[in-house]
Amino acid sequence: MSFFIEVLAGGLLAGVMYSLVALGFVLIYKASGVFNFAQGSLVFFAALTFVSLTERGWNFWLALLATLIAMILVGMAIERTVLRPLVNQPPITLLMATIGLTFVLEGASQLMWGSQPHGLELGIPDVPIEWLSQKWNINISQFDVFAAFVAGVLVAVLALFFQKTRIGRALRAVADDHQAALAVGIPLQHIWAIVWAVAGFVALVAGMMWGVRNGVQYALTFTALKALPVLILGGFESIAGAIVGGLIIGAGEKLAEVYLGPYVGGGIESWFAYVIALLFLLVRPEGLFGEKIIDRV
Amino acid sequence: MLYREAGQFKSTYAADQQIFPILQDRIAIGALLVVALVVVPLIGNQYWFSAILTPFLVLSLAALGLNILTGYAGQLSLGTAAFMAVGAFMAYNAVLRIPHLPILGAFIIGGLCAAAVGIVFGLPSLRIKGLYLAVATLAAQFFVLWAINRIGWFSNYSSSGVITAQRMAILGYPIEHSREKYLLTLVIVALMALAAKNLMRSETGRAFMAVRDMDVAASVIGIPMMKTKLLAFAISSFYCGVAGALYAYCYLGTVEPEAFTLDLSFRVLFMIIIGGVGSILGSFLGAAFITLFPIFLNVLSRSIESGLGIEMSHAVVSNAEAIIFGGLIIFFLIVEPNGLARLWQIAKEKLRLWPFPH
Repeated sequence: MSFFIEVLAGGLLAGVMYSLVALGFVLIYKASGVFNFAQGSLVFFAALTFVSLTERGWNFWLALLATLIAMILVGMAIERTVLRPLVNQPPITLLMATIGLTFVLEGASQLMWGSQPHGLELGIPDVPIEWLSQKWNINISQFDVFAAFVAGVLVAVLALFFQKTRIGRALRAVADDHQAALAVGIPLQHIWAIVWAVAGFVALVAGMMWGVRNGVQYALTFTALKALPVLILGGFESIAGAIVGGLIIGAGEKLAEVYLGPYVGGGIESWFAYVIALLFLLVRPEGLFGEKIIDRV
Repeated sequence: MLYREAGQFKSTYAADQQIFPILQDRIAIGALLVVALVVVPLIGNQYWFSAILTPFLVLSLAALGLNILTGYAGQLSLGTAAFMAVGAFMAYNAVLRIPHLPILGAFIIGGLCAAAVGIVFGLPSLRIKGLYLAVATLAAQFFVLWAINRIGWFSNYSSSGVITAQRMAILGYPIEHSREKYLLTLVIVALMALAAKNLMRSETGRAFMAVRDMDVAASVIGIPMMKTKLLAFAISSFYCGVAGALYAYCYLGTVEPEAFTLDLSFRVLFMIIIGGVGSILGSFLGAAFITLFPIFLNVLSRSIESGLGIEMSHAVVSNAEAIIFGGLIIFFLIVEPNGLARLWQIAKEKLRLWPFPH
């Protein structure tokens, strides 16, 4: 039983890590209808910039601030140069443009900082919490709990930002209906620039968490692939969906790997998440929290 | 001046409906085929055949397959490389396990197996649409590669999962050199492109396009949704499967499952986006662009290196190439979202009026 709980908790906490990446996708999709495949590259770019700055002797907070500013600038630059000229194109064209963007971002970040892997330390060791393992024999990493906490804070901040601030309300208006938002005088392009900046910020947080877990290296860009099943499960437009989807995928994946994996030869983590997501989609084709699709002729 | 259809009257329905209604087009395509079939094999060298022309043709076929699914039937797929992998590995197994099987039969078996896998992974398309479907097709990508890696039967229990394509022969005539492989690929690709072009002008193709443009409306006017969508997946996967078999037998020779990663899927998707979605010609133009451009960049960077006398590290060069490649794709999407095929169409319109545009 304790083993089951350990696996379940580990899976849920891993799911939170997926949610962190998925959040960045959702933000941009909600506001501009762009499926931003480059989010994984943004995560990589952020983590690599941060770790390279700290390795060059920068103070932690100074490096964080500098990376944050860099991410905001990158986000705005992407909006300005790539997406603004592509307004009103079909979704697949936008998707391909962001895939093109991944080449540019990955090339640029490795050109600037080199391609060797780095370790990242945030001062919270990736070791099991002692009293839990002593009392109930459950091993849960301290860092996982910290990451979950960070994700919680991030979602709370985003929720506050969206619900309570003027910009947040404008963002929701744009997400609801571009034209109506324009009609009541919301500057669409500023809003999109802000959304990309926020997505850059989320990428920085996700990059730091994933960087501690797996090291800052090229494989970090594949986190985007981990976030995709979470997205289709939760729905592209829903922040709550990204969190719940992440938890379901994380837990399901770990449980399947432990209890089902040995029968089929293991390594099923690469595709099992998609199977879970597909099962949910068969019942709700727009994801758990996605907007209901209404077809009219 | 030269490119005019004035005076070319159609007196039969057959003449009216032919694929290339303009005489100049027919001459051009005939000349192109003669060049590709006769002139190129005479003057080309090994590097051209094995490094440029064969991969270009094979990837054109894959792009054609994806274009049938995405461009004509409107179902976005990111699993192209997986279907190619099925084609490659099943063709290998067919040659291995069925005695005296002609190589073309093996290619067809590879394609049919890919079609079967395509139907299975096309099933979600009955319920899921658009980007959700695109992500769902990633399941095919990861599952197929996992299965090929894990299940030893596919690679005949070779320890590393690597297969080596068997020797090919057609009617006792061995196909060993890069020139013969190029010719074999060319003939197969040309025939399948012709078949695709005709298919898209048939009832099936029109049903595909109706589903693409609006599937609810299509089902209202009586197009069977399930049959049409699954058929699109089957035909597309068949093309991709044959392309995969050719990729293994005519291009790579020795194949590991990692040759068919998501990267390849994306490359094929780039080809149809850059070339033109919903256009047979676009598949070829896109494939030419995506295969030739990295080679061109490589040559360019090497000549810059030797020209300026500076030594650039390999990492710097490859990163710079990635940046330029990605940037150029974005640039293309911005200036011509409909692809190279559309540019070609515009050029033809202009050419018709030239030199008196009014």
